[in-house]
Amino acid sequence: MNRLLIRNGRVVDPSQGLDQGMDVLLEDGCVAAVGERLETPAETSVLDAVGLVVAPGFIDLHTHLREPGFEYKETIFTGCRAAVAGGFTAICCMPDTEPVNDDPAVTGFIRERAEQADLARVYPVGAISEGLEGAELAEIGEMAAAGAVAISDNHRPVSNALLMRRALEYARSFDLPVAVHEEDLDLSDGGSMHEGGVSTRIGLRGIPSSAEDVMVARDLLLAEFTGGRLHLCHLSTSTALDLVRVARRRGLAVSCEVAAHQFVLTDEDVAGANYDPNWKTNPPLRDAAEVESILQAIYDGTVDAIVSDHEPHHADDKELDFSDAPAGIVGLETAVPLALDRLVHGRVIGLMQLVRLMSTRPAEVFGLPGGSLREGAPADLTLLDLRVLRTVDPESFESSARNTPFAGMRLKGWPAATIVGGKIVWQGGRVGPR
Amino acid sequence: MAVEKAEALTGKDVVGIDRLSAGEIQLILETADELLEVARRPIKKVPTLRGYTVVNLFMEPSTRTRFSFEVAEKRLSADTLNFSSSSSSVTKGETLFDTARNLMAMAPDFIVIRHANSGAPHRLAEVIPASIINAGDGINEHPTQALLDAFTMRQRFDSLEGLKVVIAGDIRHSRVARSNAFLLDKMGAEVRFVAPASLLPREAEDLGVSTFVRLEPALEGADVVMMLRIQLERQSKMNFPSMREYFDFFALTPERLALAAEHAVVMHPGPMNRGVEIDSVVADGAQSVILEQVTNGVAIRMAILYLLAGGRSESPSDS
Repeated sequence: MNRLLIRNGRVVDPSQGLDQGMDVLLEDGCVAAVGERLETPAETSVLDAVGLVVAPGFIDLHTHLREPGFEYKETIFTGCRAAVAGGFTAICCMPDTEPVNDDPAVTGFIRERAEQADLARVYPVGAISEGLEGAELAEIGEMAAAGAVAISDNHRPVSNALLMRRALEYARSFDLPVAVHEEDLDLSDGGSMHEGGVSTRIGLRGIPSSAEDVMVARDLLLAEFTGGRLHLCHLSTSTALDLVRVARRRGLAVSCEVAAHQFVLTDEDVAGANYDPNWKTNPPLRDAAEVESILQAIYDGTVDAIVSDHEPHHADDKELDFSDAPAGIVGLETAVPLALDRLVHGRVIGLMQLVRLMSTRPAEVFGLPGGSLREGAPADLTLLDLRVLRTVDPESFESSARNTPFAGMRLKGWPAATIVGGKIVWQGGRVGPR
Repeated sequence: MAVEKAEALTGKDVVGIDRLSAGEIQLILETADELLEVARRPIKKVPTLRGYTVVNLFMEPSTRTRFSFEVAEKRLSADTLNFSSSSSSVTKGETLFDTARNLMAMAPDFIVIRHANSGAPHRLAEVIPASIINAGDGINEHPTQALLDAFTMRQRFDSLEGLKVVIAGDIRHSRVARSNAFLLDKMGAEVRFVAPASLLPREAEDLGVSTFVRLEPALEGADVVMMLRIQLERQSKMNFPSMREYFDFFALTPERLALAAEHAVVMHPGPMNRGVEIDSVVADGAQSVILEQVTNGVAIRMAILYLLAGGRSESPSDS
């Protein structure tokens, strides 16, 4: 019998409303008991968690693993190493690979590679449209049967409203959320940063907040019309978040996420970066007022999940100039410390709410196992050290990518250990099952 | 409680099930009972409609419905004229009413019309003194199909009342599904529509049916399973992804049929796409009544022609 006792940690589990010093016993891949001063059964490994937070495993609903097709940026193996090193026990990966994950064979391949890596759980997100081309539905049912947990054309929007309607309708047969990147490409008009005072000042073409807002409005209306399950990816504007609030008041069960970098950086940081494309993201880093509204939405419960929107790129990709360089930052190993530092230590939300946003709600939103330390739940846990102060060092990343704007930033609160299926897969800088 | 049959049809036309009463439906079904017998005679012809003229106006391709009407008309000794065109007269510059006026110059008693546009028979019926029989209009109604389906169900089950009928396929574009829903609802049956939501009409429940987005849960306890043709030529790949996926999740296979009642019958309005909406093993299996539907179609169409000609149901087969 494979047993692990995590002793004397501060157990925080929103699914049970727990926040107190307790022990957690894991047995054969499941949570066997949570309680004070649990007895240690024979043949049990013990992990001393004094001073650490013990939470249900963090789940990242939004990553891009580059395999198959772009292994020079990231492989499923290095992506999984980055995930567990960043405190995530499970990650969902977007379908923008080559070939695109619009086919059950690709879905199965991703799952197989993830099983070989044997670190984090990987849940593939299938494409909405064939080849992400926005014209014809992909084989959504076949992908669901092969293990896809949601569908998305990320990072492409579904521009055709009729296709979006049909996707929301068709996915109902398989109870899959339709996760959308909201952007009106006509309004974006080739822009590369947030359109506002800063873009005007530094002379970059802008992407207005309204490019996101009009699509969010459209899709909320379509979700209401079709009864489909809509999940809004990485929202970044006050209006988009307001629209979510309005839709909920009208009774719509919609979910939304926010990427960690979106509540940390602004367009002023882009200006300060001397056109370095590591500060280029999509949606773009918004202005201070939008960032303030994101923090408000995290505080008031409008946001369901905090994600990394992990987008690894090769150094060569980011040697292009700001306009030509691909958007995205490598996020798996910085999302949790950014959230702990800015949201918990920054007194935006308490630890309980943070765990809800990074574990319990993500599990609920995509219908994934985990998100709880109830007896019988999968033995996936994230241990956090809230007190440690560390500087982001891209050279220490487990990801093969280094495209981060956070190098050198000092953050307080880091993951301390990651446990998947009852096995410690990362602890103190060392990856691998022990 | 059994439906009391009406004395006669109240209108001059049969353009839709929604305009027929339960009593009229019952009258048509019982009349067809008697006319079915004509097909078993050595000489399959009665003089009932001798001297009547029927125009078969098919503005949309059709083989089985057109043949079925023609056989029905000939067995009743009517004179028939066939007009087929896959393109509407409008493309040739003629309005629907102009076509109708030209036909009326030939003084027909009946016009059997199939049209790609919903409501065309209803408009014709308003301006033309002849009896209009709808042989399928757009995505609206196909009343004779629903009647022959009900007739076939009645042969297997004593009454339509309380019957659990699953109708699965492209409901959104299906006039067969709509006419069946109207008819079965009027006759007290329970209808379950099955399709991915992209192929379901909005608020289908308003037709008096329940809806399912997966086949399996709908099949539980079903007495009748009616599979609709996936019209490959009409589909956009926005509605569903592929034939493979449709078969894998929405087709009637022997395994899925086993979820229905043991006595369940399998129906299909044809033409079938084997391996798309229906597995050949099921289509050709012991529970299939698909060919009986075709036979019954002639009797139903004879009954409608007979009743619209002013007949009473006492002795249609030897008048």
